[in-house]
Amino acid sequence: MTTNNLAEKSATENGVYDLAVQSVRELNQALHDQRHQLTCTEWKVLNPKGQHNIAVGVDKKLTIDIQGHAGYYCAGMNKEADITVHGHAGQGVAENMMSGTVRVKGNASSSAGATAHGGLLIIEGDAGSRCGISMKGVDIVVKGSVGHMSCFMGQAGILAVCGDAGDALGDSLYEAHIYVKGSVKSLGADCIEKEMRPEHIEELTALFERAGVTDQDPKDFKRYGSARQLYNFKVDNAAAY
Amino acid sequence: MCGIVGLYLKNDKYEGELGKLFTPMLIAMTERGPDSAGFAIYGDEVTEGCKLTLRHEDENFDWQALADEIKTSLNTTVDWFQNSKVAVFKVGADAESVEDYLASNHHDVMVMSAGKSIEILKEVGLPEHIVDSFKLSQMKGSHIIGHTRMATESAVTMEGSHPFSTGLDLCLVHNGSFSNHNRLRQELKREGIEFSTENDTEVAAGYLTYRLQQGDSLNEALENALQTLDGFYTLTIGTKDGFAVVRDPIACKPAVIAETDDYVAMASEYQALTTLPGIENAKVWEPEPARIYVWERGTTH
Repeated sequence: MTTNNLAEKSATENGVYDLAVQSVRELNQALHDQRHQLTCTEWKVLNPKGQHNIAVGVDKKLTIDIQGHAGYYCAGMNKEADITVHGHAGQGVAENMMSGTVRVKGNASSSAGATAHGGLLIIEGDAGSRCGISMKGVDIVVKGSVGHMSCFMGQAGILAVCGDAGDALGDSLYEAHIYVKGSVKSLGADCIEKEMRPEHIEELTALFERAGVTDQDPKDFKRYGSARQLYNFKVDNAAAY
Repeated sequence: MCGIVGLYLKNDKYEGELGKLFTPMLIAMTERGPDSAGFAIYGDEVTEGCKLTLRHEDENFDWQALADEIKTSLNTTVDWFQNSKVAVFKVGADAESVEDYLASNHHDVMVMSAGKSIEILKEVGLPEHIVDSFKLSQMKGSHIIGHTRMATESAVTMEGSHPFSTGLDLCLVHNGSFSNHNRLRQELKREGIEFSTENDTEVAAGYLTYRLQQGDSLNEALENALQTLDGFYTLTIGTKDGFAVVRDPIACKPAVIAETDDYVAMASEYQALTTLPGIENAKVWEPEPARIYVWERGTTH
């Protein structure tokens, strides 16, 4: 028991967790504890090997480096922390993020940044289907391409895609802003291409700056948004309430 | 839920270790499917006649007597070995005549697979127990696909577990569920396809068998399956020379593929791939929806 406590203590102090010998639950508890008593701001997670729920629910300004591939829901519900996955990430990376930054050096699976309210998500590779589904204020930069149904019911925030977008981009979109540099396989219901005005160039320039993206010219991007023709946008339907 | 895994070797470097490499992959998917597990391994190919994987509920069943009987009745050669409740029979005659003989004379013997190379082994229980009982880690071969089951659409039985045989040297594992399997089963029964369970995957297997009987190539059969099968699924299909992977058009069920110079591996989750040699530098990606991926020796895809 004593040995275990010592091991845990030293891990909490030097911020290195080896998931080959320690559990994700232990890691997450240690990260959550930082909210009440800050003992370490720089964290390293070794041997993630695709385990799920790594660094979920962090609520403190910490820097967390995950040295390998992460499984599902990595960095979910993140608040304030800067989390980097030095590899690929599974489904739902940074889902429901509130603030902070999540960076994936490789590819991300489906539902990256799903329902996220704030913060910045950068995926340096490709993202799978439903990237930014129901996003509520997060800003997402994908340096590669996104899969089908990305930004489905996107409510707020920006999705910038430097590659291509799959089928049904922005289906049933509310007010999220979508920028795509490459081709769009098809637009979803009520999503249309819109004029790229100076304020949009400005918005995208600022986003790339925040994301540390230096090799993209906002002028090369097209803008997509809601045509506001679906049921919820019709004032006549207000009478139903 | 369910977990599926596949490992296809591009060259002979790891052929002696196929079972050893695959064992931790299957066990890693226990959380996705703890109630049954199975695998189809390809190797030890017969040049003449056929190879059948047979199963009898009684572990002490007299396989030697059955081998002698087949030898005499079909005037052929039989070489066999037992592995748990299963016996692998290498028979000089063609698969159809052996299967017909067994159907007429030995209802209690179940044919798990037939072909030149395939052996299907599956049971109810935890994946780690099943790989132990079949001594998977000692097996050799060119490729293997496997499944860990969490039953949703039918009972937890050996018959309902995967892989399902879909014809000579062909089999199927599936993660997901089909919503039109009842109607499709009725239609296929009218076409003469037989079913032994209420399982939805068996219907998908039966559908592929039917399409292949109609003269479809594997690729055409899978194209037709994408049109006909309604539901959410990731399928992995084992063939004599390799395997194929296909996801439903909206990609509800997970799949990840890793490729190196030596192998192609697929799994429901990346966790199942972490023990493979050179995985750190493998190309890792997610297969696209409604796209058919095929890796076979002697063909490029």
